[in-house]
Parts: sequence; C-alpha cells; structure tokens
Amino acid sequence: MILGIASGKGGTGKTTVACNLAAALECSVVLADCDVEEPNAHLFLKPHWDVVTPITLDVPVVDAQKCTLCGACQDLCQFKAIAVLPETVLTFHELCHSCGGCALVCPAEAISWGSRQIGERRTGRRGPIRVVNGTLRIGEAMAPPLIGAVRQAAADIPNCAVVLVDAPPGTSCPVVASLWGVDYVVLVTEPTPFGLNDLALAVAAVKKMGIPCGLVVNRCDVGDDRIHTFAHGENLPILLEIPFDRKVAEQYAQGHLLVDVFPEWKTMMQGLYKAVVRELERASSGASPKEWGAAPETREVSA
Amino acid sequence: MKEFVVISGKGGTGKTSLVAAFAALAGKVVLCDADVDAADLHLVTRPRIVETHDFVSGHEAKIDPERCTQCGLCRQRCRFGAIDEAFRVEPLLCEGCGVCAHVCPERAVKFLEKTCGVWYVSNTVYGPMVHARLGIAEENSGKLVTLVRREARRLAESRRMDLILTDGPPGVGCPVIASIGNADAVLAVAEPTVSGRHDMERVLALANHFRVPAAVCVNKCDLHPQGAHEIAEEARKRGAPFLGFIPFDPLVTRSQVDGRSLVEYGETLVVRSIQKVWEGLQALLEENADGALEPFEDTPMAWDRAQA
Ligand code: SF4
Ligand code: SF4
Repeated sequence: MILGIASGKGGTGKTTVACNLAAALECSVVLADCDVEEPNAHLFLKPHWDVVTPITLDVPVVDAQKCTLCGACQDLCQFKAIAVLPETVLTFHELCHSCGGCALVCPAEAISWGSRQIGERRTGRRGPIRVVNGTLRIGEAMAPPLIGAVRQAAADIPNCAVVLVDAPPGTSCPVVASLWGVDYVVLVTEPTPFGLNDLALAVAAVKKMGIPCGLVVNRCDVGDDRIHTFAHGENLPILLEIPFDRKVAEQYAQGHLLVDVFPEWKTMMQGLYKAVVRELERASSGASPKEWGAAPETREVSA
Repeated sequence: MKEFVVISGKGGTGKTSLVAAFAALAGKVVLCDADVDAADLHLVTRPRIVETHDFVSGHEAKIDPERCTQCGLCRQRCRFGAIDEAFRVEPLLCEGCGVCAHVCPERAVKFLEKTCGVWYVSNTVYGPMVHARLGIAEENSGKLVTLVRREARRLAESRRMDLILTDGPPGVGCPVIASIGNADAVLAVAEPTVSGRHDMERVLALANHFRVPAAVCVNKCDLHPQGAHEIAEEARKRGAPFLGFIPFDPLVTRSQVDGRSLVEYGETLVVRSIQKVWEGLQALLEENADGALEPFEDTPMAWDRAQA
C-alpha cells in the first residue's frame, strides 16, 4: 500500500505523523520524504545513509557550427529557455522543462543533450525502516522531477508492505508529483481558521487526483469545531485526534521520535494505520471510487 | 519604496500572524500575500475585495477525438506521460510544452491558454492588499507570485505609499524564489526545533544565493529555549542579524479564530516581542537605504552543510 501524508500548510505535524507511523508499524516500511525543499524526516528517524545519487535533468546544448539560426527551437519552447539572437543561440537551463521539443524541431540537428544537477537523492535505513529523500539544490526551481526520482526509488525497494509518502505543503505541482498514484491520503490539519482554509484546498486537490482521504486533527483542543463541521459536510472520516501537549511539543523540538518517548503514541499510530486499512476495505467493498468526482475548481476568498 | 518579505523554511511558523501584526504596527502599508498556494493573510486582515482578475498563464493540450487517428506519435514524444492509452490528456500531468501539438500529423491537438487562478485587490484596515488564489493543483505558482508582487508595487506607487509587506511562501523552491528577487530585505521566521534550524539554514542559503539581505527571528521560542538560542547563534554566525525571540502564546490561535491582528489584544508579551522585531526590521531597512548593509558573505558551503 502507498499511503500519502499531506496537509494544505506546513507546521501541522505532518512529518511527526509520517515518522512516528513508520516507526510504529514494526514491519518493512519505506518512508519517502518528498518535501525536497525542506526534507526533515531524517532529522527524526536518523537513518544510516547508504546511497547518494545526484539527480539531473536533460538540457539542450546547441552546436554553433551546425546552427543556422532559423529560430524553430525558440518558437517551440514554451518556457523561454532558448533565445535565438542575430549571431548566436542562448539557452537558459534553469527554465528548461526537458520536454525535448527543441531538438525535435531543429532542422539542422544542431541540438544534443547535456545535463544539469537539480539536487540529490539519498536512500538509507533505520532498522526495518527504509528512508528515501531528496534535497533540492539551493536556488533551483524544478522540484517535481526530483520528487519523481524519490518516488521511483521508493517504488523500487523490494519486499515492502507499506510506502509512506511525506508530501510537501501547498496544493500545486510538487504536491501533485508527490501524491500521484498513492492509494490513500492522510491529511494532517489543525482546528484553526488557517488550518481549515488550507485543508479545504488540500482536500480539493486530493479529490481532483481521485484519491480517497481522511483526516488527522492535530492539536484538536486549541481551536474550535470548524474542522469537524467541514469533515462532516465533505463526508471525510476523522481517523485520529491528537490533543495539544506541551511535553510532546518539547520532545518533538529536540528531534525525538515520539513513539520512543510516549508509549501511547505507538498505540495511537497503529490505530491510525488500522483506521486507514478499514477505510480502504470499506471503499473497495461498497462505495464506488466515482464518489470522488470533480471537486470545485477554486474557492472564493471570503471577504 | 521598500519591499520587505517574511518567509520561513516550513509553514506553520507563524509567518502570516507576524505579517498581520507588522501591518498593524506599521500603520500605512501595502500588503501582498505571495503564498498563493495556500493564501492565509486574508483571514486576519478582513479584506473587502475591490478588484478580481483572472490569472491566465501557460497552455494545456487537449486532443480532439474526432480528428485523432490514434497513430501514437504524441504519446511516444510526451516526456511527462500525460497522454493515456485512450489518447486523452491528463491535465494534472501536462506541462504545456506543446510537443504533442507539434508532432500530430492530423492537427488533432488543441493547445489552449489556460486560466490558472484569480488575483484580487482588496481594502483592509491596514491598507490595500494584493492577494491571489492559485487554481487547485495548478502549476505556474512562481508566475502568479511575480504578478501579485508587481501589482503590489504598482499600487504602492499610485498611492504614494513607501512600504510593501509581503507574506512569502514556505520552502526554498520556485514560489519562494519568485518572492524574494529584488526585495529590500527578508525576515526568516524559524521555529526552535531541530527541523526549524535545518529549514532556517536552507532559507538563509537561498537569500544568500539571490543576494537579498536576510534577518532572523524565532517564534514559539519557549518550546525549546536551547534550540532557540542555537538558531540565534547560527544566524549571527552566517551574518544574518538576529532580531528577537517571540514566545508561544495561545493568543495567536485566538486571534486567528477571531480573525483579528494580535496587536488588537493590547500590550501582551507576544505583542511587545513582535514590536521589538519590527523595530529591528525598520532599522535594517534604513541602514540598507544608506548601503551600509551588504548581503551577507557568500558561503558556498551552505549547500553542503544543509545536506549534512
Ligand atoms: S527541452 Fe523543451 S523546455 Fe527545454 S529548451 Fe527545449 S523546448 Fe524548451
Ligand atoms: S532550430 Fe536548430 S538551426 Fe534553428 S535556431 Fe534552433 S538550434 Fe539553430
């Protein structure tokens, strides 16, 4: 099973849930940290890294000898990554999406491929837990291909029952790249107006991808009942509620795994996993996946 | 005119609450919500929308089944796996590169402009605000960020206001890069956790990379005082001014629930701490005006260290 862990915004406890769930499951599990802008899961799981792989993208290289300056490549490129000047061709590799179009249209066959590094992928282990993460090079904007490389490496690890995908915050391309093809998404949220605002966006994104989801309400006692009202209206199961506890926050701050410090966390995380399995069984037995149809495209900003 | 951007490695550090509090302290500002992926500033500034515009950017391919002969050329050439067996384009995977439209011998691929979101100009109690809503699961967030920042600047010029306060997105990727270019200063809000420190280091390395002067403050400092001090220390070591500690206070959540700025709750400890950070920031912007403050020294090591 591939289980995504996401949240509309950061700071809701997503990484806490992902790491502690991985540690509580006591089976062969892979944790894929897809938050390549700020990978954090390894700070808590402290894995031993085995392999570091540079991740590169193909970028065009123009052979000035062959180039006739016709401009076909510039016309095709939608990302302004090639500029044909009166005497030369400039390429802007940071803007290139590696679509391959420029080489395809070049009548002079002047374009070949070079590569540029967008970041690094690491794989490692902590006991039965395998950890994969990616680190985006500072100043680099192309996160999705690196996320794809992390997901690929996680999928390639043999004999593993559960893959946990820790997704980045937000609802745009990096989130889509992280959650594409997962079986279920656990959305971690908190009962505040910010929490609800961002959760509503995340739910819409997950539904648009056609993936079933349920909620974990963290710090469930700090705000009000708006998350519950929303969950009820959207027909979303609340899989787990975690009250605010200063002791827990302090342990987390110091980089400890909560299942190691508080035995009740282990029970709680195992309960969460069982709840997900129940939801998936329920979905496959009765309700058709078509229930997760089109979601509203955009939500109006409330004035 | 000055633009000042509040960013953080991760979300949930209290960035938006701080921006709203700064706005209240500043009195006269143009507000800009550049966290277009999950905009929140409107929740605490009570905006009244005065303008709404579509954000049109990029293209999306669509295959006309009437014309398509299923020759397979487009699928073969698409590097993003966006065309399925039935020759339909999956919009969530389409990057809008146009290769399919180019190779199709039947001209069956329509390459249409797409609307990726909406942007607004609003009035708030603190001044005008430019904000946006990126469509669900859309790309081009960097471009939308660039647009809201440009509009905020235009607004500030036309209303003769000399400060823009921008609520930036989390992370170090494409939207953040679009948020900090040409800004006069950034404030990185850090949490006193092991991951907070790691995030802060990456964010400072980014500011450094784009040569924007950066300062740091720690929010919820009392949750892990030692961690808070380490972050302050680390920031100073990297040449980023440290502007202060802000304690954890349930009032911050209360203010969100009430939809009001923290400053409206009177002179509490949190408010006084925020005030101190704000004064530090103003000093920083002024110093910078005289050219006294250089972007801190380039440390190519930052990238390696962030990996460690
Ligand atoms: S590969 Fe695609 S995105 Fe890159 S330069 Fe060529 S046409 Fe542009
Ligand atoms: S398409 Fe080929 S020949 Fe034409 S300008 Fe581009 S590189 Fe040069």
